[in-house]
This record gives sequence, structure tokens and C-alpha cells, in this order.
Amino acid sequence: MSTEAESRAPEAGSAEAGTAVRPARTPVPPAAVPRGRRSTAYLLTAGLLGALFLVALVSAGYGAYDIPLSDVIASARHRMGLGGQPLDRVGESVLWNVRLPRVVLALLVGASLGCAGALMQGVFGNPLAEPGIIGISSGAAVGAVASIALGLTFFGNWTITVFAFAAGLVTVLLVYALSRSGGKTEVVTLILTGIAVNAFAGALIGLFIFFADNAQITQITFWQLGSLSQATWPKVLAVLPCTVLGLLIAPFYARKLDLLSLGERSARHLGVDVERLRIVLILVVALLTAAAVAVAGIITFVGLLVPHLLRMANGPGHRFLVPGSALGGALVLALGDLAARTVAEPAELPLGVLTALFGSPFFFWLLRRTRRKQGGWA
Amino acid sequence: MRTLFGIRGRELPERPAPGAVLAEARGLHVRLGGREVLAGIELSARAGEVLALVGPNGAGKSTLFGALAADLRADRGTVRIADRPAGEWKAGELALRRAVLPQSAALSFPFPVEEVVRMGRAPWAGTALEDEDDEAVAEAMAATETAEFTGRTFAALSGGERARVALARALAQRTSLLLLDEPTAALDLRHQELVLRICRERAAAGDGVVVVLHDLGLAAAYADRVAVLHEGRIAAEGEPAEVFDDELLSRVYRQPVEVFPHPRSGEPVVVPRREQRSPNAPVPAPVPAPIPSPIPSPANRTGEPNG
Repeated sequence: MSTEAESRAPEAGSAEAGTAVRPARTPVPPAAVPRGRRSTAYLLTAGLLGALFLVALVSAGYGAYDIPLSDVIASARHRMGLGGQPLDRVGESVLWNVRLPRVVLALLVGASLGCAGALMQGVFGNPLAEPGIIGISSGAAVGAVASIALGLTFFGNWTITVFAFAAGLVTVLLVYALSRSGGKTEVVTLILTGIAVNAFAGALIGLFIFFADNAQITQITFWQLGSLSQATWPKVLAVLPCTVLGLLIAPFYARKLDLLSLGERSARHLGVDVERLRIVLILVVALLTAAAVAVAGIITFVGLLVPHLLRMANGPGHRFLVPGSALGGALVLALGDLAARTVAEPAELPLGVLTALFGSPFFFWLLRRTRRKQGGWA
Repeated sequence: MRTLFGIRGRELPERPAPGAVLAEARGLHVRLGGREVLAGIELSARAGEVLALVGPNGAGKSTLFGALAADLRADRGTVRIADRPAGEWKAGELALRRAVLPQSAALSFPFPVEEVVRMGRAPWAGTALEDEDDEAVAEAMAATETAEFTGRTFAALSGGERARVALARALAQRTSLLLLDEPTAALDLRHQELVLRICRERAAAGDGVVVVLHDLGLAAAYADRVAVLHEGRIAAEGEPAEVFDDELLSRVYRQPVEVFPHPRSGEPVVVPRREQRSPNAPVPAPVPAPIPSPIPSPANRTGEPNG
């Protein structure tokens, strides 16, 4: 009973669509899904892209130094050589060196978190897997904090990212190995593993802070709260490769993730090389999480909230869910960051605090809803 | 890069000749958790025939099934599928040659029923037979009487309905070898018959079907051959009418049974021998069961080597 209603509601009349289309049997592209669902996917994608563009524009103009929307567009057109005209010196500098890197960073971090959430839920076959909840973010954070506290710089600009990636990867592997038995992950085991990993990571971070000097502690604390306020183009560059690589690889595994939801054995019977799928996707998750954590600290719930909402809207098919979650995550974080820096002007709320503030109630709602409909996660 | 994206030039399997061996176990030994679960199995599944695996709990049916599906590795002996050792196939190539229905149908996310069935077509993506996708899905859903669930999600179905959807997925894969692990376990009478009829149809169309069954009556009625497993060995193998007899089944199942021909069809009917119910003895007297011995039973009716 649980999921019938939720999947029916959004794709109104899929039953008719499915049966009405069949007899005609027009050549349908491979892997076609019922028509209702397809158009929902297109609509959602278009909607997300439109909203993303709009939020990015507003976010670029709005703030302590207001730039009218028309000026933002004019300046952008000027830079692209499509007419328009530049702003005054201050305006140009605010727009191109302060606002835009911040917007781009929000988009990258959000896309990474959303996509990583969708991938993890697919790989674990468990709708509660999320980098924040099961401790991957904290694990990556240990690497990042270590590199700050120990003053390491061997990879230059990329140092924090590299350390976050290495530590994140170790954590994913650890959680994966600890929480699986007999080819599947039970919710309780996964959450308990997450608690243990989070506690251990917290202890390690505490240790590093204990040994750090005052300047480093300030840096770590700000970074930990999750904020994009230090956004610069070099920072964007530091995460860009990770995010782009992860986002490019992920969609190619969407169909195999669908098959994996039948269980490992059945996926193998359908020709999926399950071992390779797992290794590649765990690497991708580590890449994406590291990218997000390295610049923005621990931002929770985006990877949980976005894929869940999209699944409710368009069903669990990963071909839409994986790229869709990247778009959705980017949108949520861009909005979040816009709110974080404007709600309490001139002060700035930490982004991680804001997402947790809105994410936790959503999590409660999700818990209650699942409990009501299918007796909870078992 | 091509393999990274999952597109590879796959050699498409040819239709097997009638009677061709699709999968075979030779001297198969499998140990699980330190216990020898299979101790020298000789068995082959042929095109155009329904082979039923029967036997008591713990006899090794599921292990043998797993080995034939290439899920389990042989500790000794070999399993060959489509004339190649099972371990040498890539998962993608094997998926074009054999479909497997596992015992329990699980799904992590609430996919709609039709998408679940369509997953069975995944191995054919990128091949010439991809064009058959819609037809195969529709046919499989019609055959299993699941077409009526089209708009619903898998999670909203009952256990028996899920089992039929899972079967539809395996049928949609359209492989020449079909392995079904207890496909009738969750089904009502009508659908048990339906599933076995589908097996017969597939066999008549030239495919090979291996089916694990608990219901000896179904096995007797629908299988061309049955293999009775007992303590990791094949105690008897052959046509149901030859294999099913009182003595063998009573020994293997440790439960006295009677086998007699059905008055109308002549098929063997297998019934546990029950005490006459009387007011004085409401509880049937416990049956003296032979003590299971770890030593291989001497009565190997097929006379095949015992590993």
C-alpha cells in the first residue's frame, strides 16, 4: 500500500498511458518508460534548470551591494562579447570576484551533494544513505582538518581537497564494509555505523583542533560550520575537477543502479558487473563528497532531501534521479546560500546551520510518513 | 572507455538445437561454511525440456541451483553453461544465455511494475534484439497475468503478485535457459498451474527450464525429468513416472508416502501416508524415520558415480 499513492499522484493517469500506448506499439526508444513518467522527467528537468538560472541571476545581483538584474545581464553580455556594457569598477569587482565565484561554488557543492546522495542510496540500496548521516562527510572533514591543522600544503591550492578525498574514500570503504552483510545493508546497521563513524571522526577532529594554534582553530571552526563566504575563483578551481569528473561519470551508471535495486544477485544475473559498479561508484561518491566538504565544510541533508523529493515526483528511476539530484542539489544550495547571506544582513548565517535547520524537520516528516505508510524502515 | 560506459560488442547467442545441453554439472562438489553441501553432482539441463529439482529441505537444491546460475563456484568438478565453464563467462554475456528467478523477490525502491519487468531486457541493450523489448515485456506480462498491475508499484503488490512480476522479468529476458527457484512458493493454486504451464510452453518452444519445486505433484505433472536430491547427491533422476516411487520418496523425505497413478490422467500422485483419523487417536502416530547417515546412501538408482 505504501508507495502506490505516492507514485501515482505525480504522474496522473500513467495507468491509462501505459495501456493505451501498448497496442499501437509505435517504435519507442530503448529503455522507454511509461509516457507519463517521461514527460514528468522533462518537465522537472526544465523547471529545475530554469529555477537554477533564475536563482543564480538573483543571487549574483542581490546582497549588501545591490546590483540591478538588468546590470548583471548587461555586464555578463559585455564579458561574453555580446554587446551590453560593463558596470563601474566597484560593481564589476563585486559581481565578478565576490558574487559569481560564490554562486558557482554553491552550484558545484550542491550538485556534488545531491548527486552523491542519490548514488549512495542506489549503491547501498537504502533510501537513508547520505554522506552526512552515515559519516562520509565527517570522514572527509577529518582529512581537511588534518591538512589545515598540520599546515600541509604539498598540493598547493588542492591540498584540502586531496586530503578530504583520501579521508572520505577510506570512510566510504569502511562504512560499506561494516554495514553490509549478505549482500544488503540494513537500515539499523547503516545508521549505527554512521553514529560510530561520526563519533570517531568527531574525536579525530577534536584532537587536531587541540593541537592547532589559534589562527588555525578559527579557520577550522568557520570551515566546519559550512559556509561559502570565503569563495574565490581559486577555490572554485580547487573543487571543479572533482565535481565535474564525478558528475560526468555518474549518469553512465544510472541504468545499472536501477538493476542493482533488485539485489546484487539479480543484478548480476542481468549482466551487471556488480563489483566494478560498486568500486566505481564508491570512488565517485568519495570524489563528490570530498569536493563539497573541502570548500564548504559539513553540509548535511541536501543529499537526503533532494533525491527523496525527486523520487516522490518522478519515481525511483536513476536515469533521471542521478542528474536530477545534481540539479536539485545545486538549486537548494544556491537558494540556501542566498538566504544565508541575506536573511540576517549584514551578518551571515553559516550555510551548514541553515541546511540542517531546514533539513532536520524534513527528516522527521520523512520518518513519520514512512512509518505511517509502511511501518517504518526495516 | 567503451567498456566503462557499458557498451560493448557482444556476441549474440544462437538458438540451441533441440536436446542440446544448455548447462551441466560434472562431479560437482560445493562446500559452504565447512559443510559439503553438494557431493558429486552429475546433471544436465537440455533444450526443450523441463527439469525439476526436488528434495527435502537442506538436500542441496538451492546450492545446486546457485551453481547452475553461476552464483557459486565449484570446489571440485565443473559447471558448464552453453558449452563454456561458468566462471569464464562475463556477467553480461551470461545474461544473454540464462535468466534466473531467485527465491525471494526484493526491490530497494518502489519502481512501477512495468519498469521492473523491463529490467529483464537490460542485457539486450545495445544489441539488435533490443527492438524486441516492448514486445517481450508485453508478452511476459500477459503470460504471467501481471499486465493488470501496470500502473502500480512493486511495493504495492502482495507476495504472490510480486513473485509473478519477478517471473515476468525473467521471462522477458528471453534466454534459452531459464532457472526458476521455487517459483510457485507464494502462489495460489491457479497461478501455480499457470507458472508450470509457462515452463512447459517455453520448453515446447525449444528453451531449457530448470525449476526447483517442493510440490511433487506439480513436478510429476509438468516436468520431463526430475532429479531427486538427497544429502548433496542425486538420489534418482529420470522421468517422473520412473523416479517417483513409495520406497525412494519415503526414504528421502523421511516420511512415508504413497505414489499412485491418477485415475484419469495416469500421472503419478504423491500423497503423504496419514493415519486414519479416529476419536481415539486424534494425533497421528510418529513415523519411524530412518536416521540420516553422513555416509552416502547405497541406493543410487541411476547408478551414477558418487563423486
